[in-house]
Amino acid sequence: MAVDPDKVVQLGDARNGNIVPANYGGDDIIEKAGLENNVWATRMDAVLGWARKFSLFQYPFVTACCGMEFMAVSGSHYDTDRFGAALPRFSPRQADMLMVVGTIVHKQAPVLRTVYDQMCEPKWVVAFGACAVSGGFYQNYTSVPGADKIIPVDVYIPGCPPRPETVLDALVKLQEKIQASRHIAF
Amino acid sequence: MSGNETPELSPVLAAVLEGLGDTVLAWHSQHGDDTILIQPADRATVAAYLKDTESLAFDMLMDSTAVDYEDEEPRFEIVDHFFSTKKHHRLRLKCRVPEDKPNAPSLTPLYGSANWMERETYDMYGVVFDDHPDLRRILLYPEFVGYPLRKDYDKLHEQPLFESRYEGVRETDEKLHPRVGVELPIHGTEVPR
Repeated sequence: MAVDPDKVVQLGDARNGNIVPANYGGDDIIEKAGLENNVWATRMDAVLGWARKFSLFQYPFVTACCGMEFMAVSGSHYDTDRFGAALPRFSPRQADMLMVVGTIVHKQAPVLRTVYDQMCEPKWVVAFGACAVSGGFYQNYTSVPGADKIIPVDVYIPGCPPRPETVLDALVKLQEKIQASRHIAF
Repeated sequence: MSGNETPELSPVLAAVLEGLGDTVLAWHSQHGDDTILIQPADRATVAAYLKDTESLAFDMLMDSTAVDYEDEEPRFEIVDHFFSTKKHHRLRLKCRVPEDKPNAPSLTPLYGSANWMERETYDMYGVVFDDHPDLRRILLYPEFVGYPLRKDYDKLHEQPLFESRYEGVRETDEKLHPRVGVELPIHGTEVPR
């Protein structure tokens, strides 16, 4: 059977997380079955990543003024719901994404660490604002110079406070990271 | 403590000086703020007098704090601000305690608001208030060593409760789910190291 070059889809496309028609290399079993353009092949990883990146349940660890900006982003004008990151969960057990919003002090560090440890895998951490990123303009005996001294951070959002657009950009970047991650352990 | 050149005493200060007599070591009314300096041992009795005297009626302790004069002796100055909600006048009460024995009577039995403010003064300066019902640190954690608002405390000296510094490696990505096979195009995932 001749191979129709127009129908050849590189296997690499599927591995890269793209969803491609399931007619690799002209092996047109699917076509014969009349399922062309009805059955699609992809990676399990890509499907899981796709599902996970659009259902980010967040745990807002809001400690300072950045919280107002966080509320602005969550509200209807900017609306993180458009990206599937709408519902704040007030139990770490139910959350996927830990938003560290605001200054962290040394007295509070064990609390943040406990919250992070209580979250179930897979989990991601966003450092929201200058204080959570690096301590911001606080450089003294009581401030933790960045949440990444306590927990691993996936995305850093600069700004004091960040613009809502910056937060949405960070959210999209986190989604890209989730999509590109491995989700199945072999 | 100069300032006694003020030609006329304010009514409040006149009444206080008349009632307390030699207990007042010095006084002034700079910028309209009536201020008296006393011995630390007299702090509670003077406050009780200010509160209970009908013509003064200082029924509110607005603020209680301290100042560190590092190079002076006695080193710490306890500053209390009183206000009368009935008479609408104010008074500032100061007393000095030395570094080796930074003790003063507590005002908590007289004013409930003194409880947390004296705890903060203790937390930040190490001034000890006798008869305080619950003299613990209020803002910092019990493990903290030293008093950070003292001038000789290095403000950059941090005292973390636990040592934990991540090397920038996510458990999720690297340990649980090691990247194998095809190198994936990843955008914006560089982890700062």
